[in-house]
Amino acid sequence: MRKLGEWDSRAIAEVIEFRGETTVVVLREHLRRVAEYLATEEAISFPFLSDITPVDRFPLEPRFELNYHLLSIERRERLRLRVWLPGADPVIASVTPVWPTANWHEREGFDLFGIRFEGHPDLTRIVMPDEWEGYPLRKDYPVEGYR
Amino acid sequence: MTTTIETATGQAQSMVLNMGPQHPSTHGVLRVILELDGETVIKAKPIIGYLHTGIEKSCESKTYSQAITLTDRIDYLAPLSNNLAYCLAVEKLIGVEIPKRAQYIRVLLTELTRIASHLVWLGTHAIDLGAMSVFLYCFREREELMKLFEYVSGQRMMTSYFRVGGLALEPPPGWTDRIRRVITALPGHVDDYEDLLTENKIWIGRTKGVGIISAADAIAMGASGPMLRGSGVAYDIRKAFPYSSYDEFDFQVMTQTAGDCYARYLVRVAEIRESIKIVRQALERNLVDGPFRASLPGIIPPSREEMKTSIEGLIYHFKIFTEGFAPPAGEVYSVIESPRGELRVFVASDGSNKPYRVKFRTPSFVNLQSLPKLCEGRLIADVVACIGTTDIVLGEVDR
Repeated sequence: MRKLGEWDSRAIAEVIEFRGETTVVVLREHLRRVAEYLATEEAISFPFLSDITPVDRFPLEPRFELNYHLLSIERRERLRLRVWLPGADPVIASVTPVWPTANWHEREGFDLFGIRFEGHPDLTRIVMPDEWEGYPLRKDYPVEGYR
Repeated sequence: MTTTIETATGQAQSMVLNMGPQHPSTHGVLRVILELDGETVIKAKPIIGYLHTGIEKSCESKTYSQAITLTDRIDYLAPLSNNLAYCLAVEKLIGVEIPKRAQYIRVLLTELTRIASHLVWLGTHAIDLGAMSVFLYCFREREELMKLFEYVSGQRMMTSYFRVGGLALEPPPGWTDRIRRVITALPGHVDDYEDLLTENKIWIGRTKGVGIISAADAIAMGASGPMLRGSGVAYDIRKAFPYSSYDEFDFQVMTQTAGDCYARYLVRVAEIRESIKIVRQALERNLVDGPFRASLPGIIPPSREEMKTSIEGLIYHFKIFTEGFAPPAGEVYSVIESPRGELRVFVASDGSNKPYRVKFRTPSFVNLQSLPKLCEGRLIADVVACIGTTDIVLGEVDR
């Protein structure tokens, strides 16, 4: 944690502790660099990406929150990276080249929230049909769907 | 729905074959598009979503307690594991410690769930590869476990037995004796399965050296559970991040180093035996006396007695079952070792009586991503072995 701050304090906006869980809020343009650093840096590396959880904070701005859950099996440590994305322009650099497992998680984020991951090898819908309109897990999408 | 798959060779002799979604060995509605060169798989692309039911969206319009019934339906082979993961997340959010007795009962029942789930896996995996009798034996024993769940919770499959703060109801009298009877007979049955398979030449031929994934690849692909342990990584959340008093139980993390289908088979069979050990230890604890729910007025329902005799109890009971309870705002996760691997539940609360967002990081979804790695370059018959040994549950993949 401290090492991450020493490495590049500009990338980190905030550190949140809640119920024993550490969340590091990272600025959008730095995410990819932070990801590469955390995936490879000796002694603090997190080689396992558990999942990517998008949250829609509509109507607040910035609207989208992306939570990257990292794990180090060796050190038994977990860490959450959080990035905020504006509603008008939900674009973020893909971390699939860093953690290959991010592939499907990012497709899910695209499918259900409409977040675009730049540099993703195959950004298509994953659970909804290809021709589906709208992004079902957004807060302005009705539970019973559009009729 | 149109799906394109780019051909790796670009030559005319490769053939694209659609497998599923209606195919008996895909264990549900998985579709795999295979590009074949003769009988060799050049490229495999799993297509999912045929069982997508929008559970995460539905959770947002239910109260915290109502959402428990939806968690059963994610992984219908291990409903109690899902109940547990969700309840642990909400309990973490409201910051409540539940009584030891309820924790032990949770451990006991989730381990029985693990055995039941592994039995279904073993049976279906065996029948996919042509071993019919194992399937029948596994389902016979699973039925005994299902009867136990029904006796304890009232339901065979969709139990919803774990609630926020403890259990749904006091287990019926004599339940531990029933479990003891079943669990005493079980090791002999596991020996029978091993007699039929472990040294079986055909079984070894179909699974050994098939679907190999290295430890580094498994970690990069996010694989967890027996998938990861079959490749030699001793990572078990029950040991690494103990929850629900697992640290008080003595068991081993089973690993194999080969990383093939046979290794994963050995890991799961060994896990059945370890689970039996945990169940035995749990049965020696105090499971009969004491409360089965924590006491937290306004959030956790009062006991039946209290509800009938005190006015506060009645009011709380009424309020909890009509409008629910409102935990503090914030985000938490819980993570448990489900039969299939790392099951993580992320709950975001905005301080109202309904979860703002619930996300289930299901092990099947992530493990399935490795399927192309497992079966590319192998024969088409091995695809069936590879799907079987990743142990997917499509309800969990699609949610």
